[in-house]
Amino acid sequence: MASHIGSATSRVDGRAKVTGEAKYAGEFNVPGLVHGYVVESTIPKGRIVRIDTSGALEVDGVIDVLTHRNRPQMADKDDAYKDEVATEKGSPYRPLYDDIVLFSGQPLALVLAEDWETARVAASLVKVEYEKAPHITDLHAERANAYAIDKPEKPRGDAERAFASAALRHEAEYFIPTEHHNPMELFASTAIWDNGQLTVYDKTQGVQNVQQYLCSVFKMKPDAVRVMSPYMGGGFGSGLRPQYQVVLAVLAARALNRPVRVMLSRAQMYALGHRPATIERLALGANSDGTLDAMTHEAIAVTSQFEEFARNDTGWGNLLYKSPNAKFEHKLVKLDVPTSCDMRAPGAATGVYALECAMDELAVALKMDPVQLRLQCYSDRDQGADIPYTSKQLRECYRQGAAAFGWDKRTAEPRSMREGSDLVGWGMASGVWEALQMPATVRIVLTANGHAEVATAASDIGTGTYTIMAQVAADMLGLPIDSINVKLGDSTLPQCPLEGGSWIASSVCNAIANTARAVRGDLLKLAIGMKDSPLAGAGVDDVALIDGKIVSKRDATRAVSIASAMQSGNADRITREEANKVAEDKSHARNVHSAIFAEVKVDEQLGVIRVTRVVNAVAAGRILNPKTAHSQVMGGVVWGIGMALHEETLFDHRFGRVMNANIAEYHVPVHADVHDIKVIFVDEPDEIVNPLGIKGLGEIGIVGVAAAIANAVYHATGKRVRDLPITLDKVVQFN
Amino acid sequence: MTPFQYARANDVADAIKQIATDPSAKFIAGGTNLIDLIKYDVEGPSRLIDISHLPLRSIEPTSAGGVLIGAMVPNTDLAYHPLIEGRYPLLSRAILSGASQQLRNMASTGGNLLQRTRCFYYYDTATPCNKREPGSGCSAIDGVNRINAILGTSEACIATHPSDMCVALAALEATVHVTGPAGARTIAFADFHRLPGNTPQRDTNLEPDEIITAIELPPKGFSANYSYLKIRDRLSYAFALVSVAAALELDGDTIKEARLALGGVAHKPWRSSAAEAALLGQRADATAFAKAADWLLHGAKGYGHNNFKIGLARRAIIRTLDQAARGTPQSNSDKKIR
Ligand SMILES: Cc1cc2nc3c(=O)[nH]c(=O)nc-3n(C[C@H](O)[C@H](O)[C@H](O)COP(=O)(O)OP(=O)(O)OC[C@H]3O[C@@H](n4cnc5c(N)ncnc54)[C@H](O)[C@@H]3O)c2cc1C
Ligand code: SF4
Repeated sequence: MASHIGSATSRVDGRAKVTGEAKYAGEFNVPGLVHGYVVESTIPKGRIVRIDTSGALEVDGVIDVLTHRNRPQMADKDDAYKDEVATEKGSPYRPLYDDIVLFSGQPLALVLAEDWETARVAASLVKVEYEKAPHITDLHAERANAYAIDKPEKPRGDAERAFASAALRHEAEYFIPTEHHNPMELFASTAIWDNGQLTVYDKTQGVQNVQQYLCSVFKMKPDAVRVMSPYMGGGFGSGLRPQYQVVLAVLAARALNRPVRVMLSRAQMYALGHRPATIERLALGANSDGTLDAMTHEAIAVTSQFEEFARNDTGWGNLLYKSPNAKFEHKLVKLDVPTSCDMRAPGAATGVYALECAMDELAVALKMDPVQLRLQCYSDRDQGADIPYTSKQLRECYRQGAAAFGWDKRTAEPRSMREGSDLVGWGMASGVWEALQMPATVRIVLTANGHAEVATAASDIGTGTYTIMAQVAADMLGLPIDSINVKLGDSTLPQCPLEGGSWIASSVCNAIANTARAVRGDLLKLAIGMKDSPLAGAGVDDVALIDGKIVSKRDATRAVSIASAMQSGNADRITREEANKVAEDKSHARNVHSAIFAEVKVDEQLGVIRVTRVVNAVAAGRILNPKTAHSQVMGGVVWGIGMALHEETLFDHRFGRVMNANIAEYHVPVHADVHDIKVIFVDEPDEIVNPLGIKGLGEIGIVGVAAAIANAVYHATGKRVRDLPITLDKVVQFN
Repeated sequence: MTPFQYARANDVADAIKQIATDPSAKFIAGGTNLIDLIKYDVEGPSRLIDISHLPLRSIEPTSAGGVLIGAMVPNTDLAYHPLIEGRYPLLSRAILSGASQQLRNMASTGGNLLQRTRCFYYYDTATPCNKREPGSGCSAIDGVNRINAILGTSEACIATHPSDMCVALAALEATVHVTGPAGARTIAFADFHRLPGNTPQRDTNLEPDEIITAIELPPKGFSANYSYLKIRDRLSYAFALVSVAAALELDGDTIKEARLALGGVAHKPWRSSAAEAALLGQRADATAFAKAADWLLHGAKGYGHNNFKIGLARRAIIRTLDQAARGTPQSNSDKKIR
């Protein structure tokens, strides 16, 4: 039987998704469902003086309006609201807790009605009177009050002195505006309250995280709360933390003793987490041969007034480049906005963008080819921890990426490549992310009819988790892939971490391997128990499960069919549950890498930019499924195009409000913006990172893409734009 | 959002009768703009009078040699109609540069003229806006105004009219046919939309109890030398930062007639007789185009974020005239600017 691992298998859940059979959090209907609509604050800071709900309550079909005054009891301690990914410092936001307004768009009331339209109509009749307080939402204006948090990486040598005396220096600031995730699916929760038992269908990247959170907020016993999220219409980090609508839905279900659904509007989703606006300062000092002598990376990012959210923006240079002197600093600015949160490749998408633009600028200063500069500084060790990598085929990414792109035909001089009225630019960048593994447990139930159910509490956020798990299980159990049924997204299933950080594939697949080994052991025992067993004396690692049989690895003719082994032992099912082994081993750095090459064409007169080609060469260990992997990276590239050219949450700081809180005016790339994208997976066998050699690749696809495009725009136009997005007015001086 | 009644109009007379009896009623055609406005609580009609079934869906040649377009013709049908593609390709291209296929399928010809501005503040009831709430102030003047106007603005409002189709209709000098309680009348396209002045709440000169029944195109379609160039913040599915409709009649190299209209820069499609006159009798070259651009942009004023639009518009005008003169109109599918 051909191996499923590594084959371009189509999504096992594809049919369910395109036929609408796959249900999402806002689609689970139950009789008597009550609909909630959120009334949100129109000011960013202050106090609620009065909420007049009388108009709403008069509307036919309205059942109740919940506010901080009349809501049922919930936990009052900060700690009760800390979920798995809550920030270390600060107090998590508590929905409908009190009269304090912390950000514009904060939920102040929940209107509950027999149908959604009625709830929405009534919501517009709720009158809120505020006592406003002075607010600030502008990072630039508040920059002077930035404060340093724990330094992300230890300094080395004396970066400042080395920079001052470097043969060549580049120092600049880069800016990334606030960005929102904008998943297609709206945030929704359906809460069913039944005699003290709570079932919640929630849009979340972690059902067990939400389950524990709800237990803690509502002081409930774990077995009284079940959270489900079988499918997700995009999360990208926005669904890592429990969002407020799940609290509101549960609150209301308990208050009314009826099932309740709360679904947010698109506009309301702009008051959830976001990628923080960030200023990145880079100072690179180089020797004339292009080796680095000094590297300083400082980030100033936004967080809320009540929580301290920070991700690693600055440490990535340590993983990519050798520099004897290095310094890193991460600062935060507190603004009157919701707490920032993870968004695809948090920290790296922003930090590596700045680092890789700075490297490009340094290459220009050195008159050196940008790829050559990267090779010149190439580090075979994690510079921070001074350890080798489990594997690092980044050199090969540069080589294969450059070859596929035709990089050798590039002329170095900016504005030197033209095509009619277009300036043509070629730029490149490196990408890096972590190859993480988290503890996860997988249960396999093998039944005598040759079917297996493979279950864990992971969520498939659209990445293809169902599919790769089916592939791995099929191979490990020696069964056809159609005989594997993967169950995910249910908090009652075996423990699994949040789906994020690109760690799910490595975590759950290694757990499948361990569980399958246990199943194999059970089967072998049954087989050996058979009369004249051909497998007598074999140990669990002497046999494999292939084509429905337990087969001796030494002599393939010695085999027993799984069916007959189970039949002879009178076993109608074998159930096993095992975890992966997460090494505490700190002897190696675990990372994925990429090299991105981009071509832009810029109309010289009008500044209109087209990204005509992108090659992304990725080294991410074993690729379980080239088809879903390709989609992941391609999606990352498209997002990188958006980050480079389009995305920006526009604030009016006078009102402290987001002005483009809809997907007509918050621009993401559309088809016309996306052209030729080539994804290359560089072969990267890795026996150290984990037994299956899986590194994961949800995040890596976006990392470095915006830098490659920004560098291409510079190469095309000679204009260096250091604040994203690169709009036409930043490229051409019009007036 | 406020609840509303819904009623279908049987014919034009019925539609007018229905709206006359209820001043807070609104017609609904494709609904692509009105429904959004209702959801955002910007509009709160007591009643929607559905005119989408009215028999105003034909596109027919007129005895005068032009074409009469029913107000309910969907934007898609109009753009792909052989009469339009063949004789008025400028209109076809302008329509196809707007919105998305799905929206164009729903959007009607009449509704397109009456779509409201996309000014961010107009849609956010938590902020002051004179157009939404006269007298409350204009947030855009000192605010996020990248998409706002540079021409014909007032202290009360700097909104733009966002339509692409209307820019071509202005250049083609279409006529709007309307019917009200007092009977039918026609409005020249140039007189249809208004400048904001002190009454930014009024976008057009259509009376609230009137209905648009048709748009009439004059015989001249400029099908040989025309172009519609739309510059925006992504390559499709975005409103214009600046758009230019150019139509020329050439005699060899010499310009015999010129039409020029700008979108995305004013409260109405922006034309200037001086700009068009400046092109007459001139050689179709960069010098003449630049002069026309200067005339057309005469008095342009930026408000901060949108300062760049003045220079962008100038270059876009020159480029579009050049495309028109060369007979290489901007393509909608290939986003390379010709
Ligand atoms: C996301 C998005 C992107 C868009 N992008 C573009 C773009 O790039 N370029 C562009 O040009 N447009 C764009 N549009 C706007 C679109 O073209 C308009 O919404 C559409 O043309 C309106 O037509 P409708 O029939 O749907 O109008 P409706 O929404 O039905 O009506 C609009 C208004 O006109 C009134 N009305 C309608 N018909 C008549 C009539 N016959 N007589 C009197 N009153 C009438 C209604 O009462 C209402 O006030 C976009 C819209 C959206 C939502
Ligand atoms: S420009 Fe016009 S629409 Fe925009 S805020 Fe000012 S008054 Fe309102």
